[in-house]
Amino acid sequence: MATTHAPAGVRETTEGTVYDVTGGDWDEMAAHAAKSDDERIIVNMGPQHPSTHGVLRLILEIDGETVTEARAGIGYLHTGIEKNLEYRTWTQGTTFVTRMDYLTPFFNEAAYCLGVERLLGIEDDVPDRANVIRVLLMELNRISSHLVAIATGGMELGATTVMIFGFRDREHVLDLYELITGLRMNHAYIRPGGLSQDLPPGTVDALREFVKKMRKNLPEYDALCTGNPVFKARLKDIGYLDLAGCMALGATGPILRSAGLPHDLRKAQPYCGYETYDFEVPTVDTCDSYGRFLLRLEEMRQSLRIIEQCIDRLDPGPVMVEDKKIAWPAQLALGPDGLGNSLDHIKNIMGTSMEALIHHFKLVTEGFRVPPGEVYTAVESAKGELGVHVVSDGGTRPYRVHFRDPSFTNLQSMAAMCEGGQVADVIVAVASIDPVMGGVDR
Amino acid sequence: MSAQANGNGPQEPDEGSSVPVQRGNTGEVIDVRHGMFGARNGGDTSGYGGLVRTVRMPGAAVRPYGGWFDEVADELEGALEEQGLVPEHVIVNTVVDRGELTFHIAREHLPQVARTLRDDPALRFELCTGVSGVHYPGETGRELHAVYHLRSLTHNRLIRLEVTAPDADPHVPSIVDVYPTNDWHERETYDFFGLVFDGHPALTRILMPDDWQGFPQRKDYPLGGIPVEYKGAQIPAPDQRRSYT
Amino acid sequence: MGLEEKLPSGFLLTTVEKAAGLARKSSMFPATFGLACCAIEMMTTGAGRYDLARFGMEVFRGSPRQADLMIVAGRVSQKMAPVLRQVYDQMPNPKWVISMGVCASSGGMFNNYAIVQGVDHVVPVDIYLPGCPPRPEMLLDAILKLHEKVKNTKLGVNQKEAAREAEEAAMKALPTIEMKGLLR
Repeated sequence: MATTHAPAGVRETTEGTVYDVTGGDWDEMAAHAAKSDDERIIVNMGPQHPSTHGVLRLILEIDGETVTEARAGIGYLHTGIEKNLEYRTWTQGTTFVTRMDYLTPFFNEAAYCLGVERLLGIEDDVPDRANVIRVLLMELNRISSHLVAIATGGMELGATTVMIFGFRDREHVLDLYELITGLRMNHAYIRPGGLSQDLPPGTVDALREFVKKMRKNLPEYDALCTGNPVFKARLKDIGYLDLAGCMALGATGPILRSAGLPHDLRKAQPYCGYETYDFEVPTVDTCDSYGRFLLRLEEMRQSLRIIEQCIDRLDPGPVMVEDKKIAWPAQLALGPDGLGNSLDHIKNIMGTSMEALIHHFKLVTEGFRVPPGEVYTAVESAKGELGVHVVSDGGTRPYRVHFRDPSFTNLQSMAAMCEGGQVADVIVAVASIDPVMGGVDR
Repeated sequence: MSAQANGNGPQEPDEGSSVPVQRGNTGEVIDVRHGMFGARNGGDTSGYGGLVRTVRMPGAAVRPYGGWFDEVADELEGALEEQGLVPEHVIVNTVVDRGELTFHIAREHLPQVARTLRDDPALRFELCTGVSGVHYPGETGRELHAVYHLRSLTHNRLIRLEVTAPDADPHVPSIVDVYPTNDWHERETYDFFGLVFDGHPALTRILMPDDWQGFPQRKDYPLGGIPVEYKGAQIPAPDQRRSYT
Repeated sequence: MGLEEKLPSGFLLTTVEKAAGLARKSSMFPATFGLACCAIEMMTTGAGRYDLARFGMEVFRGSPRQADLMIVAGRVSQKMAPVLRQVYDQMPNPKWVISMGVCASSGGMFNNYAIVQGVDHVVPVDIYLPGCPPRPEMLLDAILKLHEKVKNTKLGVNQKEAAREAEEAAMKALPTIEMKGLLR
């Protein structure tokens, strides 16, 4: 068949006639499709699609309204960050890793820095204050990431109000980031050995104000969504993945906890002193998108609890390891001129001590050497287990850094969640996985 | 739970002495570097031309490994013996470094080892966190490494498996049928390192375009940057600049 | 003075060019082309605090056929470049492109095998917006600057003349490497 007036790209394959609709005429297409005996249609969704959560490409084989097969095409945001890291010093590496999963920058930085610190053998030397601030930032990040997950998920369902609410509250978190790190996104604030600088004055008040505001705003999501019949009808029993499926597919984070397993690396293998904080790991046993939505809300409440405990623990002290071979000599802090340079330090290296100048120059340009070996460190990011495999060959640059991004692994479960369901439910399932393509593709 | 038991954090003092941490000149040589600042073909005026640095990765550890490491190693060896394998042929090498346990596995036995680690009740490594490729061009005959991290939720442990393959024969058996989560991870490692995972259901490129030539994250693949122009100056791409090596 | 004096009240005179420019500027429909970090800032710009609706642009079109502005927000990979071009080709004329962020403008810090070193290799760009990522205020500024440009777009013969002049200027322009002076 298909000998005359064939639309662009009709070809016979072993599985039957395949029509390619690129550039074709819809009337001809429809006529050809009507002639064929089965209703299988393959729909390409994305990579540029408003509802696929970024540059994700979904290839759906549909029979009427039912998805019979779903495949994900990824790589449209592949950035080669892992390769770029191999040409930068260990400290510069934070600048790159923070841009991987751009909604969870602090988790990326923390996981990478924990890896470098273990390679250096200075895990115990990281000051308490640095650890408290790391925990604080990671929990703030969990809130902002979950807010975007809920906001974009709502937007993809057509619930624009949810999106407006989510971004409104995310702005409050971003204001804190800007106050603390100077940037709204892509911070590079957590460094191997500690932090790039201390908290600016006024942070504690801003944090308390934020917790108060969030405690007021979080119930609004309950009021807007949790009991909303339309919202529930769209989310309940959609994107089903049970515990066996989660374990086989390596899904972690809210997906695993929505299957009822309270696995959280913060509890299981604590880092940055998480074992000393009082918080709960919420679970639900519905295995569906609605459960994941509820989990994210509850995790935000738990994060607020941790943030409050962090505020109480912010005792004055250093935020960088003592070792002068690792810590940058300049004590950076925002000065009255709006710049970060420490005038005392400049006076010292430019006027007094030649050796200090050489040391500063060598440390900034060459960086420090890390003993050879390999480590794997993992943190519980907002999306699941974020693992980093860091290999050093004893040089001033990483030999190989590999990120096991939770989005990448969790996205594999998309097919298991969507096949057999309706086309419209694919959007809900993907939104409940909350993949961030920057993390998937790196 | 002790810091040791979670494989995360330092050795506890009482165990610290029994865990041999390999440093100095006992490790496994992976490369020998000469000179500095990337000056390789003569004309080195930096004065560092005579510099020779041998790169050694942590070498094999001897018993006792300390903590739960011995337990896992005993169980694994016992389980392999039950299956009629000689543990010394399967586990080429065991490395204990920085509180982490690594088994170097002979590549042909990888699927069986993975299945044993997953199914044996005393081991129960249910979760595989994927595979990471590493390319050591200086390590002749075993240039490509595939590194797997297995996590046991039951026992709250983490171990690492490492298999190697030569550049000339870049084949490693796939463990997708043991850990389905490795589907995309193995495709990614194939995409970036050219490691062929035999038995993978659909080993195709995943992140790079399908028609891409070469395997970009190998060490012999250039970074691929272009020189950046400024007013009156041109800065070469990061991999073309002089650097501390 | 002229004709205006003789008109009854309630009439204004202008050129077709100016009227068209004003109309185009006032109803711009951006296509969603979010790629990476900048896409989040682009969405933030559309949300409550920065409120792109003030400029009549809050409706991001999912279909490129209904859009006339493409905001390339984020790093463009080699794999995404053909898709980007196809989306651009599907947009009806007249169309404009804002390259948001350094990655889209020049490849930024990702000078490597995977990233297209500037989206202007693929589509013509009207506004380059630096920043990593640019703040929402910067995006608003870029959009307002583009509005200004759109408002003053020439039509017909004037358009051809303007295009010719622009090309001549571009041919005569000094390559960056031959420029002298400070880096700005």
